[in-house]
Amino acid sequence: MSVPISYYLVLSAILFGLGVIAFVFKRNIITIFMAIELMLNAVNLAFVAFAHAWNQLDGLVFVFFVIVVAAAEAAVGLAIVITIAQNRRSLNVEDVNLLKF
Amino acid sequence: MSLPLIVFFACGVTAVLGAVLLIVAREPIHSALSLILVMVSLAVLYLLLGAEFIAAVQIIVYAGAIMVLFVFVIMLLNAGVEERTNLSKMAKYAGVPLGFFLLLEIAHWFWRSAVGARIANGSGTVNASAVSTRDLSMQLFQQYLFPFEATSILILIAILGAVVLAKRGE
Amino acid sequence: MDFIAQHAVLVVSLVKIVILLLVVMTALAYLTWFERKVVAHIQSRWGPYYVGAHGLLQPLADGMKFLFKEDVTPPASDRLLYVLAPFLAFSLALTTLALIPFGPPTIQILGQPVFVIANSNIGLLFLFAITSIGVYGVALAGWSSNSKYPLLGGLRSSAQMVSYEVSLTLSVVGVLLLANSFSFNGIIESQSPNIGHWHVWKQIVGFLCYITAAIAETNRVPFDLPEAETELVAGFHTEYSSFKFAMFFMAEYANMITVSCLATILFFGGWLSPFPESWTWQLYLPGVGLLLIALYCAYDTIAHMRGIARIQLAVVALLALIAGASCLIPAVMPVIQGPFWFITKVGLFLFLYVWIRGTLPRFRYDQLMSFGWKLLLPVSLVNLLVTALLIVVVKR
Repeated sequence: MSVPISYYLVLSAILFGLGVIAFVFKRNIITIFMAIELMLNAVNLAFVAFAHAWNQLDGLVFVFFVIVVAAAEAAVGLAIVITIAQNRRSLNVEDVNLLKF
Repeated sequence: MSLPLIVFFACGVTAVLGAVLLIVAREPIHSALSLILVMVSLAVLYLLLGAEFIAAVQIIVYAGAIMVLFVFVIMLLNAGVEERTNLSKMAKYAGVPLGFFLLLEIAHWFWRSAVGARIANGSGTVNASAVSTRDLSMQLFQQYLFPFEATSILILIAILGAVVLAKRGE
Repeated sequence: MDFIAQHAVLVVSLVKIVILLLVVMTALAYLTWFERKVVAHIQSRWGPYYVGAHGLLQPLADGMKFLFKEDVTPPASDRLLYVLAPFLAFSLALTTLALIPFGPPTIQILGQPVFVIANSNIGLLFLFAITSIGVYGVALAGWSSNSKYPLLGGLRSSAQMVSYEVSLTLSVVGVLLLANSFSFNGIIESQSPNIGHWHVWKQIVGFLCYITAAIAETNRVPFDLPEAETELVAGFHTEYSSFKFAMFFMAEYANMITVSCLATILFFGGWLSPFPESWTWQLYLPGVGLLLIALYCAYDTIAHMRGIARIQLAVVALLALIAGASCLIPAVMPVIQGPFWFITKVGLFLFLYVWIRGTLPRFRYDQLMSFGWKLLLPVSLVNLLVTALLIVVVKR
């Protein structure tokens, strides 16, 4: 007996939810970034599970693009994080509050 | 208890454990390592689903390049122990269980809903063979050629952006 | 016996893993001896000579020294990462050896191929995946030691490994285009039947890029600035002692062996013999070679050695004699051909590594990085483009 696809989808939902929790409750900019990557990974798992279930390769191509775009986003995002950290001298996301009302 | 089921549960538990460690860890470097653990267990799950090329790309690009970038930035900025939040404790004591129950409910309805039933009854477990890289690349370079080229321009823009941001810091 | 027949995959794989581990650990130990001897002879001196005949027991003495040394841990280090890093580096270096075929997959026992542990049809891609995680061993070692020199050395070393990884994978894609397959067996099959069909002649630029990127990837001279003694004390493994340092040391040599195995498989025909199949005298080569070694050791025992070294060398001569004689048994002769050629070619590559170490000076770090990004990467890309164009043109 092989593994039903719904198991993979439930795992993807759990990982996505944990990513959201990490994104909302953590204070370090870099950790928040990592929570975004976790959410992207959960979505990738759902794509691959569907590609296997419906025997179509489009899901895998989309996963490929998600990974590539995540790489580009991580590069630019971390460059911004380094600039912010050098200017504000802190990695706490609550200290980036110059535009706060 | 067939072998694919055992492997699925082992990797699934490892992935969830890694995600929980990411939330619970006090130092960012430990969070980064637990995220790498999640990615490697997901790569094994991709292998189980027959997507061997995607599993290899996940490890080479995600775990072997993007997370290396994260680890470099953590080391360069010397990110230490995280500070305590200024918000109320209510957010932590009420928020986390509520969020957890929310995601459990989503998973439950996913399981029970028509979508889940159709997938489970349909072709959920057929096709144990792996997807060959040749077929995937045929799709990628014929049907999805335009997104491919657009993504390469996106990467070029990202490189330029990162270089400009790094130069302005000096 | 019934259990073995039912679970043939499991039992045969376990036996193969144990044998491979034993062989690789011995090879690692004697690779250090080989390197010290060759570098010494390049520098006009003898090298290890007193510990056992011709210094052959030197690795044993070094191993015991590593085990009995005091294990000093820096006080403010991150304990989990400090212990994890050498284990990670060493286990990843050994894992890559599971994918490498030492002989043809047609030789089987209980339905399982004897000479390869994990016969995957994207073997090459997985090997690169495992190597790309090896960067963490170095980076975490530098970070967890909580000290200036290891941090700098670790960051520089991992940046170098990540940079040269790109050129490494690109220089290999030309071979993939020629072989039309990701699996090692497919790549080797496309290089049969003899030396004229090896990929090195058609992909000479790719081969040179591969060797350069591989030496940089394994942190060897001339690219070993991050761990050179005159520069950063010892780079990322400054604060490590005794067994953990030994693990880093062995991980570096295991990476060297993996890269050499990969070079022979991709460019030099793997376990194929350079001579055509019709020259049947080549079947006697392994046995004759081992018997010649036995003869040389016997002559040395009688003519030059005295005392306990005499007994040791006599034992070595006897072992070589037994091995040579068993290679001449008709049942063993065709089986031993594949591994014999593979090990010979890998040995020649390791000699090339050590030769380069003994002769070339080091790159400075900024020269190293600009060489990797400004010269090696464009050359690999152009090689890939030209190969692809030529394949399309020739196929028309």
